[in-house]
Amino acid sequence: MSWHVATVVGARPLTRTARALTLSAPGFVGALPGQHVDLRLTAPDGYQATRAYSLADTGQDERVDLVVDEVPDGEVSPYLVRDARPGDQLEVRGPLGGYFVWHDADTGPVLLVAGGSGVVPFLAMLRARRGTGRRAPFRLVCSVRTPADAIERGEVDTPDRGVDVRWVFTRETPPGWATPPRRITTDDLVAPGFGPDDGTAVFVCGPTGFVEAAAGLLTGLGHPPDRVRTERFGGA
Amino acid sequence: MAVVTRGFGGRRPEPEHEVPPGQFVTDDFPVLSAGPTPDVDESRWELTVRTETGEGVSWTWEQLMALPAEDVATDIHCVTHWSKLGTTWRGVSLDTLLADVETSAEFVMARSYGGYTTNVPLQDLLDGQAWVAYEFEGEPLEPVHGGPARLLVPHLYFWKSAKWLRGLDLMDDEDLGFWEQNGYHAYGDPWLEQRYA
Repeated sequence: MSWHVATVVGARPLTRTARALTLSAPGFVGALPGQHVDLRLTAPDGYQATRAYSLADTGQDERVDLVVDEVPDGEVSPYLVRDARPGDQLEVRGPLGGYFVWHDADTGPVLLVAGGSGVVPFLAMLRARRGTGRRAPFRLVCSVRTPADAIERGEVDTPDRGVDVRWVFTRETPPGWATPPRRITTDDLVAPGFGPDDGTAVFVCGPTGFVEAAAGLLTGLGHPPDRVRTERFGGA
Repeated sequence: MAVVTRGFGGRRPEPEHEVPPGQFVTDDFPVLSAGPTPDVDESRWELTVRTETGEGVSWTWEQLMALPAEDVATDIHCVTHWSKLGTTWRGVSLDTLLADVETSAEFVMARSYGGYTTNVPLQDLLDGQAWVAYEFEGEPLEPVHGGPARLLVPHLYFWKSAKWLRGLDLMDDEDLGFWEQNGYHAYGDPWLEQRYA
């Protein structure tokens, strides 16, 4: 699998720490929703750093859409969030990963559970679904610290037939929110048509602690472990 | 040389300690698992080695604990680009577990509680290269990192070090495991950067 030279063609701040980056990558063949890519950055003296990032879209037309959330003390993400600008070049390899993937021919119910920037691969799934007749029912549960930390909330909250969205705020809620800040619970994950007996495909993405908690709630509800696909980031 | 990324300086790794190409050093211990962390109780834990003829030998947790253990200090390298240096483990060498197993097989499929699989050539598990590890940094191995016991094959990318190990199936022919069927390399040597199929 080879590296493609990619050029930054778009950059858009999303939150205090996250930024959407669009790259033009001639030769990039596109991805299945949920896949990721490797990015390689090269300093003027030849030093290189490589990191993996989830794709926020399926990257048709040789475009690579990323949402990068800055890791404190990180090496690559601070550059991508603060410094990279249109015209800058880097390299991309992928698409990668064949398991944390939603196939748009599947019409069964899909339950997506995101912690923080774990929503990024789900943006790719939602965007792919819009392109394919919206047959599969989706439910997206997003847990974020505060309203200001929500990535692409406007897009996610835009009514989309067959998509049910629930937000969970863990530190600070929007004004007038019905419940105080709280962590995700079983109630957030239960909805008619998205149960273990409905053949639901479950995807969970987020920081390790969040994924451990959410996946535990889901298997506790009876979702078979082999129907709960997970992607974690960060240490434990 | 690759294109230069304007404005990128990077943070240089300690020059005295080499890591495989494309890796960066982290002090964290990131968790990568394809599914939920299974709850594996030591009281029902069992490890089974099955040969190509179908013969099996099993160890309970108590039997594993009764085997001679080794302390291992090693670097580990994840295909997602992080390396962790000087990790310390305690476990039973595969040389010990496979000492009395009669086989002419050349390949092994490691099987985990939760259904994960990964394939490794048998010769990569012998001669002091692999362990069934149950302690990390002096503490019982946490479930999220593969406890109660995981395979430890540190000279290959870390997805080969199957968490929640329950079985080793010896095979005449190479079959592909979970990630190996999902786009990753059949062997996975980090120094040769064998990441993807």
